[in-house]
Amino acid sequence: MAIPHAQFAKGEAGEGIIRLDGSWDAAHGDALERLVAEMGEAAAHHDGALVVILDRLVSLDTLGAYLVFRLCSRLAEAGRSVRLEGATESQKILIEEVSFAPPPAAGDRRSLAPAYDMLSDVGEAVVDAGRDLSNGVAFFGAVVAAFGRLLTGRTRLRIASVVTQLERVGLRSVPIIMLISFLVGAIIAQQSIFQLRTFGTVQFVADLLGILVLRELAVLLTAIMIAGRSGSSFTAELGSMKMREEVDALQTMGLDPLEVLVVPRILALMIALPLLTFLAAMAGIAGGAVVAFFYGGVSSDVFFSRLQNAIGLNTFMVGMIKAPFMALVIGLIACIEGFAVRGSAESLGSHTTASVVKSIFVVIVVDGMFAMFFAAINY
Amino acid sequence: MSIFSRPAPANERPDPPPELGLPIIEIRDLTVGFGERLIMDGLELDVRRGEILGVVGASGTGKSVLLRTIIGLVHQRKGRVRVFGHDMGQLTPQRRRLIERRWGVLFQHGALFSSLTVKQNIQFPMREYLDLSESLLDEMAMVKLRLVGLKPEAAERFPSELSGGMIKRAALARALALDPEIVFLDEPTSGLDPIGAADFDELIATLQKTLGLTVFMVTHDLDSLAGICDRIAALGDGRVLHTGPLDEMKKQSHPWLQAYFNGPRARASHFYTQPAGGRTT
Ligand SMILES: Nc1ncnc2c1ncn2[C@@H]1O[C@H](COP(=O)(O)OP(=O)(O)O)[C@@H](O)[C@H]1O
Ligand SMILES: [Mg+2]
Repeated sequence: MAIPHAQFAKGEAGEGIIRLDGSWDAAHGDALERLVAEMGEAAAHHDGALVVILDRLVSLDTLGAYLVFRLCSRLAEAGRSVRLEGATESQKILIEEVSFAPPPAAGDRRSLAPAYDMLSDVGEAVVDAGRDLSNGVAFFGAVVAAFGRLLTGRTRLRIASVVTQLERVGLRSVPIIMLISFLVGAIIAQQSIFQLRTFGTVQFVADLLGILVLRELAVLLTAIMIAGRSGSSFTAELGSMKMREEVDALQTMGLDPLEVLVVPRILALMIALPLLTFLAAMAGIAGGAVVAFFYGGVSSDVFFSRLQNAIGLNTFMVGMIKAPFMALVIGLIACIEGFAVRGSAESLGSHTTASVVKSIFVVIVVDGMFAMFFAAINY
Repeated sequence: MSIFSRPAPANERPDPPPELGLPIIEIRDLTVGFGERLIMDGLELDVRRGEILGVVGASGTGKSVLLRTIIGLVHQRKGRVRVFGHDMGQLTPQRRRLIERRWGVLFQHGALFSSLTVKQNIQFPMREYLDLSESLLDEMAMVKLRLVGLKPEAAERFPSELSGGMIKRAALARALALDPEIVFLDEPTSGLDPIGAADFDELIATLQKTLGLTVFMVTHDLDSLAGICDRIAALGDGRVLHTGPLDEMKKQSHPWLQAYFNGPRARASHFYTQPAGGRTT
């Protein structure tokens, strides 16, 4: 491991001699680059033939060999006559092996101006959103067709697959969804009681809690949790199957990936989400009731009779009707993103993220549209 | 190239004396197991500097595990692995890192980073260890690509856009990025067509000659064994059944070696058209 050197000297016959010394290897990469630049500089100020002598080299690897080659070829390009001397046979072979002319650097696509970039980004985002929408509609159509084939008995329902998915998206999410709903119900009750105290109408916490939880909170919380929990896992599963050509393998066996992979998942989601929403609603009300009793001093008799007065079947139904629609959009987005995964691990990651973000966004949009709809029909 | 088109220089220096034959990797009494199962039990093997060693063995005998143990991805229960004369078990992490820089590994499935282009894959170790300018990094990546016989167009592609043979070549280019002294190859020609495999063998032999590499190659390819391996080590029963050049392996009486080196596949391959093992390239 000798430190590399290079020296420029004038020879007897007036030729410029560049003598290389030491280890010309990757370990001294930065020093070598500098030396080659210096030597190129020195040689440029000398007119006459040039000789590069390698006889003192301790070692030469591909990096060193390439730099020697580059030094020579740059000088030769500048119209100088260059000779290489003192190379061993293996060094010669090595230099031959690495001798290659780098193609002219393809100029990077430079941005014109930040404002231009921003405009083009916005444009791309709009086009992407449009494409997402049309893809979504097309995919939805394909899924509906697959469900249609199922209902008309032209394909069979994969019961085992549906049950497995039901266990994964339904049963396994019960504890976390009930826990979160319980806590959110408790927090809302506590905040309401705190405000209602100033009016001395603490018992109205039951009305407030019942309507809020049944109409909105239970279904929203559940849908958001499921988007994060099951939507992401659908995308990751389908995406990695896509990456490893498993989806293609299914197709070559004459199976429709939609029927085998997508329908059972979406069906399971559409069954599980209403059930989970119901459990979330019960947990949320229970959380509120506990707080009303211990913190608000509302007796359970008062709490439940107020609850009974405040809510009707319609309050309950508003929440439950929304659940399967939420399940549908979560499932569709998760599957579309999963099938959009291409090749790399990075792509899998970014599509999984996109799946969760898009589903949560769409869940909230759908909830808003339902709110307008129910307000319009006065339900 | 033009700079060579002249009479040989007078002061030709002989190649530095090759320390061929000296062991560069020494494995002694190596025992490796997973759970209850012992994969290797008292394995002994030497790899000599400058040779291409072919490692063969039935599927599941632990060829990949042996390779992974040498490079430190699998821990041994007992025994010693010495590389470049250093006992790998005794080194501090910093010293280990220095040794690791001096070898390159071609994994069975390439193990290219899927989120990086081929060029970025090759530059990855260079960026980590070498302090080179951006333009030199680019040029070196192209040099390595050329060295392994890939077209410059491949540089900007992602691994998912490459064929099996190209992945192997790109992974070899990455393994060679830091000009290693030893390269470990895990079934480099598996999954390649015979012509692609022969090309790859030739590539390895050429690189071995020009760069003075030591090659540790796990392989099932009888043609590679006949064509480019200097010595062969056969694994079985948790140890090395025999090591030696090809014609010596053929004479062994162990039933697996008999079946492997004298079976119908071996007879159909180039084994018998080439009287002795060793280089043909
Ligand atoms: N990480 C691991 N955990 C448990 N067993 C392993 C592990 N890696 C390999 N094995 C087992 O070790 C044996 C040898 O594997 P391997 O070296 O991959 O075989 P091959 O010789 O075909 O390359 C196999 O039986 C395999 O199941
Ligand atoms: Mg293996």
